[in-house]
Amino acid sequence: MFQLHCPHCGATREEEEFSYAGEAYIARPANPEEASDAEWGDYLFMRKNTRGWFWEQWQHTAGCRKVFVVKRHTASYQIAGSWTLAEGKAHYLKESEA
Amino acid sequence: MANRYSFWSLLKHGLKHHETWQPAWRTPQLKPRYDVIIIGGGGHGLATAYYLAKNHGVKNVAVLEKGYLGGGNTARNTTIVRSNYLWDESAHLYEHALKLWEGLSQELNFNVMFSQRGVMNLGHTLQDMRDIERRVNANVLNGIDGVILSPKEIQDIVPLMDVSASTRFPVMGASYQPRGGVARHDAVAWGFARGASELGVDLIEQCEVTGMIIEDGRIKGVHTTQGDVFADRVGCVAAGSTSTLAKMAGVRLPLESHPLQAFVSESMKPCLDTVVMSNAVHGYVSQSDKGELVIGAGIDSYLGYGQRGSPHVIEHTAAAIIELFPSFSRVRLNRQWGGIVDVAPDACPIIGKSPVKGLYFNCGWGTGGFKATPGSGHVFAHTIANDAPHPLNAAFALDRFSTGHLIDEHGAAGVAH
Repeated sequence: MFQLHCPHCGATREEEEFSYAGEAYIARPANPEEASDAEWGDYLFMRKNTRGWFWEQWQHTAGCRKVFVVKRHTASYQIAGSWTLAEGKAHYLKESEA
Repeated sequence: MANRYSFWSLLKHGLKHHETWQPAWRTPQLKPRYDVIIIGGGGHGLATAYYLAKNHGVKNVAVLEKGYLGGGNTARNTTIVRSNYLWDESAHLYEHALKLWEGLSQELNFNVMFSQRGVMNLGHTLQDMRDIERRVNANVLNGIDGVILSPKEIQDIVPLMDVSASTRFPVMGASYQPRGGVARHDAVAWGFARGASELGVDLIEQCEVTGMIIEDGRIKGVHTTQGDVFADRVGCVAAGSTSTLAKMAGVRLPLESHPLQAFVSESMKPCLDTVVMSNAVHGYVSQSDKGELVIGAGIDSYLGYGQRGSPHVIEHTAAAIIELFPSFSRVRLNRQWGGIVDVAPDACPIIGKSPVKGLYFNCGWGTGGFKATPGSGHVFAHTIANDAPHPLNAAFALDRFSTGHLIDEHGAAGVAH
């Protein structure tokens, strides 16, 4: 059991109050008309499933109902922080470049 | 077989105070080269190695296990075996496994304690009952046994269950597969390990794969904590850790690893002689031969590799079980554990080739891999030996995620999660 912080309403609550919404920042094919079956398959189904630090989406279902991102370690369940989707993306992109 | 188990061997060793038994399998040194490497020494991996040696004559095989044999999900499941799946592809695959289960103790000369005590899937709503009817009819058309039970008939089989109309989610009926049941989970791993070792397979424990050796899109071997090993064919059967292996090979898979929990109670006198599952209230329970209630819970919604889960999942499941069996409310729980299950988007396994030549995956069994152990090993061995799938696993190839031919068993199969 862990506690999550919702950056939208500022509440820190137990995980039961939230719903998991999967891997964050999966890029949609830029030209949907031209994407091949394999590219669509990759976008729809293939996942990083990282063991380690992982960017994921959560929804504050029993609260403000908004979606945000959390950086969480998938083996130790430590949480590095939570951000709105836009704020988190800046951190995420910086990490991906490094 | 050096150590063939029989009444006479029991008597013979018994007369010598049981001090003359030999270890059930060899503990060899890792060789530098094999024909086939199997990564993962759980039930599925050991079964694969066994059938490779037994049915396909491929005996120069190594099974690499990072921990100890059968110490992952094989030791962490609720031991339920059934084949009452809705869609033809999965029904045939699981029925193939169930048929192998029926002769497995004789085949392996090892008592896997397969007990066909029946599996009951409860319905609590009109929609549940319609789904059950559809599934049982589909099962019967596929030659799989199945009947629909009324609450009265359920009561006759399980007197302890509360099937009255006054419960929060009244039991309206159930599907029942009499040939389903439970098996001794450790014995399955041990039996396959012993059988494979006897046929010449090297079982290497404490040997973690740390990298893949790939040249020109073809697998050449693997790096391990015990040194490099070479083989032209490598099969990955690593359940929750499959994505970690796939990443080493640069292969993307549609898997998410989640913790799945289960727990057992203290031992009690026999009170439940079948398996009861319920999707709607989300719990499943059977009684082990030791007398413990073996209770299964749901998966945690989030991706996780910690072999533990959230307490609220246990609370939810315990509430469901007590609602069904009010008399269990005073039973104390003994142990709780979690295993890491790799779930595919359509809740069906992925068994077949990968984009890397000579590298095969058998994964995505999600929450229901134990029941398939012999069948999974059987078809995967065929796939590796022939570099082509067995007819039963052809539909379970990785390319279904680009062709769109998914086998949607989520919720359709009596899958409890």
